[in-house]
Amino acid sequence: MDRVIKVLFFALLVKPVVLLLLGLNIIGRDNLPKKGPAIVIANHNSHLDTLVLLSLFPLSVIHKVRPVAAADYFLGNGGLLAWIALKCIGIIPLDRSGGADREVLFSGCTRALSEGDILVLFPEGSRGKPEQMSRLKKGIYYLIKERADIPVVPAMLHGLGRALPKGEALLVPFNCDVVIGENLTERETAAGFMNSATASFQQLSEYCITLSSTESAEDKTL
Amino acid sequence: MFNIPIHSFYLMLLVIVLLISGSVISYRLQQRHPEKDYTELRQRVQSWWMMIGILFAALLFNQTLAVAFFGLISFLALKEFLSIVPTRQNDRRVIFWAYLAIPLQYYWVGSGWYGMFIIFIPIYIFLLLPVRMVLLGETRGFIHSAGILHWATMLTVYCISHIAYLLMLPVQNEAAGYIGPVLFLLFMTQFNDVCQYIWGKMLGRHKIIPKVSPNKTWEGFLGGVVSITLISGFIGPLLTPLLWWESFIAGMLISVSGFFGDVVISSVKRDLRIKDTGRLIPGHGGILDRMDSLMFTAPLFFHFLFYSHY
Repeated sequence: MDRVIKVLFFALLVKPVVLLLLGLNIIGRDNLPKKGPAIVIANHNSHLDTLVLLSLFPLSVIHKVRPVAAADYFLGNGGLLAWIALKCIGIIPLDRSGGADREVLFSGCTRALSEGDILVLFPEGSRGKPEQMSRLKKGIYYLIKERADIPVVPAMLHGLGRALPKGEALLVPFNCDVVIGENLTERETAAGFMNSATASFQQLSEYCITLSSTESAEDKTL
Repeated sequence: MFNIPIHSFYLMLLVIVLLISGSVISYRLQQRHPEKDYTELRQRVQSWWMMIGILFAALLFNQTLAVAFFGLISFLALKEFLSIVPTRQNDRRVIFWAYLAIPLQYYWVGSGWYGMFIIFIPIYIFLLLPVRMVLLGETRGFIHSAGILHWATMLTVYCISHIAYLLMLPVQNEAAGYIGPVLFLLFMTQFNDVCQYIWGKMLGRHKIIPKVSPNKTWEGFLGGVVSITLISGFIGPLLTPLLWWESFIAGMLISVSGFFGDVVISSVKRDLRIKDTGRLIPGHGGILDRMDSLMFTAPLFFHFLFYSHY
């Protein structure tokens, strides 16, 4: 039943909105994992990030693609937001309060991976300032340090933070870049992995064509 | 068939024949040189089939759908333009109003309200956008954003809506019907790109504007102008109310302005250091890469036709 809800939600609402109101400049679509277990990591600027990334997957596997999202934000108040998050999008809730130890914290993720799901993770932790990348958190390394068989694919997003920034309810149409890189194979140490991820995002951002759109216009007039 | 006026039917047939030969040539090239990668050429031809298919379907269905179709093109073009040029984060609220101009502008077109169609963007939207910007209260970068927003709206909404208004003009050439002038404009503009390219490839030696577009030469430009002027002289009287000598002028107008539309968008891309304006059309780039010449040819051709026959 949940699978039907998710497929309908994406087929009738998300995919048309992404296609018409947004419009994506996609590069490297073939790098996306075809099946799990796998992890897609992306930079985070907007609620649209999750929807856009999920919409790239065919409807036949979309129920296996699970974004990892903040439990306090999405489930905290229950109601419609929680229902959409759980039923339509199928999030794996993550406790951000910092109390629980890692094993408990990531139990949802490890279970999903062992069931062959594709996780979507935002290692910056939150959406942050519009169109700016913050430091990557290394929690993700815990999931993959002994699992060289799980591909980790970086996806660089640009433009969505302008279409629907944090704290805004009005969606304004903009084309957005989605640049998908290759599996990150550097897994020796946490620092090495995080560095290779950061470097990869840096490199992928060079393919974005909407980059100059968010250069601050104020600076240019000074 | 579909009650297509006979001259328009022949032009559509000609376009399909050209497409078929394009497909055959691209297939033959791949066969003859299997070691070379012709992916881009193949994508280009496939995208042409797609674009022509959608365009013909929209034009043949009825006038209202055809007008709405160009409204959709305006939306995609404006979105693409505003996605690549620099604006301020809080301009998004002004940009939202710029988008709202599209349904209104095409409503004026669809209802045949010429007076409103012709002044709506250059007067009302022109004055409204800075008012909305003032209400945001941010003065830093104000001039820069106002300039960009106005230019974007004029190019992608006002200029492109002139193609749609061609559909609303009272039919004077029964053998061409209401789609005749649009077919003439679109065909001549696109064929001009092709002619300038081919003449440039064959004879091109003297560059016109090397800083903007190193492949554009005087030989290509003049070859294109002469070819399109001559061809227009023959096709114009068949598809439009224009006489043969007026069609020569229309052809020259389309050829020269098409060239400038092309290089203006090239300059925008150079300034932003990007190669394509988007990736909507495989093998071609973005919608602006395809509409660049048309944004210049459409209003000029429209007013030439309107002045001389309406």
